[in-house]
Amino acid sequence: MLKKKRKEQERKMKDSSFIPVLAETMTSSLNDLNIIQIFGFLLGVLGLIFFLGAAVGMLRFPDFYTRMHAAGKGDSMSTMLMLSGLGLVTMEDYSLGSWLVFVKIMGIVLFIYLTSPTSTHVLMKAAFEDNHMPLDEKDLKKAKGKKK
Amino acid sequence: MYPFVVFVLLLLNWIIFSGKFDAFHLGLGVISCLFVTWISQDFLFYDRSKGLKERMHEAWAFLCYIPWLTWEVVLANIHVLKLAMTNKGYMEMAPRVVTIKTILKTDFAKFVFANSITLTPGTITMLVRGDIIHVHVMSQFLEDDLLSGAIEKKVAEIFEPGVLQKA
Amino acid sequence: MIDWFAMLVGGSLFLFMVPLLYRIWVGPTAYDRILAVNVIGTKTAVLLVVIGALFDRVHMFVDFAIAYALLNFLASVVVSRYLNRTAAERNVEEKTKGARA
Repeated sequence: MLKKKRKEQERKMKDSSFIPVLAETMTSSLNDLNIIQIFGFLLGVLGLIFFLGAAVGMLRFPDFYTRMHAAGKGDSMSTMLMLSGLGLVTMEDYSLGSWLVFVKIMGIVLFIYLTSPTSTHVLMKAAFEDNHMPLDEKDLKKAKGKKK
Repeated sequence: MYPFVVFVLLLLNWIIFSGKFDAFHLGLGVISCLFVTWISQDFLFYDRSKGLKERMHEAWAFLCYIPWLTWEVVLANIHVLKLAMTNKGYMEMAPRVVTIKTILKTDFAKFVFANSITLTPGTITMLVRGDIIHVHVMSQFLEDDLLSGAIEKKVAEIFEPGVLQKA
Repeated sequence: MIDWFAMLVGGSLFLFMVPLLYRIWVGPTAYDRILAVNVIGTKTAVLLVVIGALFDRVHMFVDFAIAYALLNFLASVVVSRYLNRTAAERNVEEKTKGARA
């Protein structure tokens, strides 16, 4: 069955121009999707949005401690969303092996969930004991004025 | 009893990470888990006076705590996204350091409390010295939210129900 | 379709790493740089899983990702401990200088 489909597609590829064939393959693969995979795509795109927020925050915030807020939170959350999305997408059949892969991916998520606050805390402690004080209100006003 | 629990946890890890179920690999797993349990079983579970029933209750309460924490993480990320992307949120930002005093006693409860503060919106734990915690917060609204002590109550309910009754 | 998704996620990950690279380049303090390296390392673990999905070898690349996440965490903790200790030593030196003078 699959081979027949593929042969047909190859023949069409030879016959016609490229773009309609591309559209046809895309729509046919969209029809093959189940709802779990669509859910996985949504999770992955959401994770990308959160990671964009973290990156922009790292670029934009005025001092180290506020950058820590962006990095420590956006990082763990976007990793969680993207990995669980990928885990759902790559589950082809529901056999024991694919379930094991899914559980391993969830293990990475759990690990990052545990370690991200810890590394944030350690870094912050190191910076605080190295006499980097957080911004007070005067400095903050100056930094905001620059942005304007 | 505690060494047996450590052994079961290690073996579960072995099975998940090896992914093979024949007798040879499982036998290797049992041998190595026994060895590791023999060397270092006293690293996990610091306070051994609690019974199995109490521990199970704690573990169940902790599992129920995780979904709430996940929801808080989602809120935190939406908050950071707002601060980073919109100009209005950027202008509202007013970072400062707040010092709070906890009622929690054991190290593990303090660890869970500090990590939960780090995961909730706009607050990060800086230093923990004894029962005094320094927290870096992003704005006034979040400071009021932190000082109301909702997270502390939740953590205390799980790990130290005795502390709440005294206070 | 999985290929399309993996290409999209991997390409956007590379694209969003550019601001972090900028932060590593100009970051005013050493701590900013470690923070950005830490974020990039975590995202590299995700990227490994994406590469596994592209090559249909997720069960193999997941193990690499676990090892990478572990190493990344260890690296950030060790570097910040090192900086912490050197800062403490510097503080002690300054204090003893003041005592002599």
